[in-house]
Amino acid sequence: MATTKPAPAESETAIRVRALESILVEKGLIDPKAIDALVDTFEHKVGPRNGAKVVAKAWVDPAYKQRLLTDATAAIKELGYSGMQGEDMLVVENTDTVHNVIVCTLCSCYPWPTLGLPPVWYKSAPYRARAVNDPRGVLKEFGTILPDDVEVRVWDTTAELRYLVLPQRPAGTEKLDEDALAALVTRDSMIGVTVL
Amino acid sequence: MNGIHDLGGMHGFGPINPEPNEPVFHAEWEKRAFGFFVTTAAATGFSVDEFRHAIENLPPAEYLETSYYEHWLHSFETLLARRGVVTKAELDARVAQLSQGGK
Repeated sequence: MATTKPAPAESETAIRVRALESILVEKGLIDPKAIDALVDTFEHKVGPRNGAKVVAKAWVDPAYKQRLLTDATAAIKELGYSGMQGEDMLVVENTDTVHNVIVCTLCSCYPWPTLGLPPVWYKSAPYRARAVNDPRGVLKEFGTILPDDVEVRVWDTTAELRYLVLPQRPAGTEKLDEDALAALVTRDSMIGVTVL
Repeated sequence: MNGIHDLGGMHGFGPINPEPNEPVFHAEWEKRAFGFFVTTAAATGFSVDEFRHAIENLPPAEYLETSYYEHWLHSFETLLARRGVVTKAELDARVAQLSQGGK
C-alpha cells in the first residue's frame, strides 16, 4: 500500500501535453530549455509595457508620432520591438471624433512584440462574436461609454497585419515625462476597449 | 473557409467577463503547449497557416467547449501525426503510461 498522499490530480490535458513533450524530447526534436526560454520571454520580458512606451513616445514626440502613423512597423522597431506576430503593424489613432477597437474574429491574432500574449477574453467567443456587430455594447462591458457622435471603428486583425490603438493622452498630464506617461497606458487602452 | 471559427457577428455567447489581473498562463501545461509552437514548427516545418487550419477543422461543438491552448494541443497532435512524427497510438500509449504514474 502506498503510504504517501496522492498528488493533486493532473488533468487529462496536462498529462497529454507532458506525454507529447516527453516523446518530442526523446526523438531529439525539441529542447525543453528552448520552451523554458520562450515562456520566460512572454511571461516576464514582452508585454504591454512595450506598447505603453511606444504610446508615450508618440505623445511627447510629434515627429515620432508621424512616423508611427505612417510606418508603424519601422517606428516600433526603433524602440527595439519587432519579430514574431508583429512583422507588419498598423497603429490607429484615437481622436475626439474617432475611437478604434481591435479584435481577431477568426482566432487570436494580436501584436505580440508590443502587447505580449492576448488575454483569454480577447480569444474567447463572446468578444470575437460581438466586437464587430455591437462594439458599443462591448465597450460598455469594459466601462467605456462614448458620446454618440464619436465614430467607433473596429479593426479585424489578420495573420499578416496586426493593429495597435494609440489612445488619447489624458488631460492634465502636460507636466509628466515620457516614463510617467508610459505608466498610465494600459493594455486595454491599446486594444481600444477602454480610454485613459 | 466557412466554419465555427468564423465567429464575427454571431449572437448568444453572453458576456465577455474579463478576468482581473489575469496571469499570462493559467497552468503549467499551457506554458509547455505555448512553447511547442515555435519549437515543433522549427523541427517539422509546419507553417502558421497549417497550424491554424488544423484548429479550424476541430468539430464545431468541441471548438466551442475547449480552451485556447487545448486548440493548440489538437493542432500539434494533428500536424505531428500527419507527418508521421508522433502517431496517435504512440501518444495514447505514453498518456496511458503517465496516467498510471510512470515517469
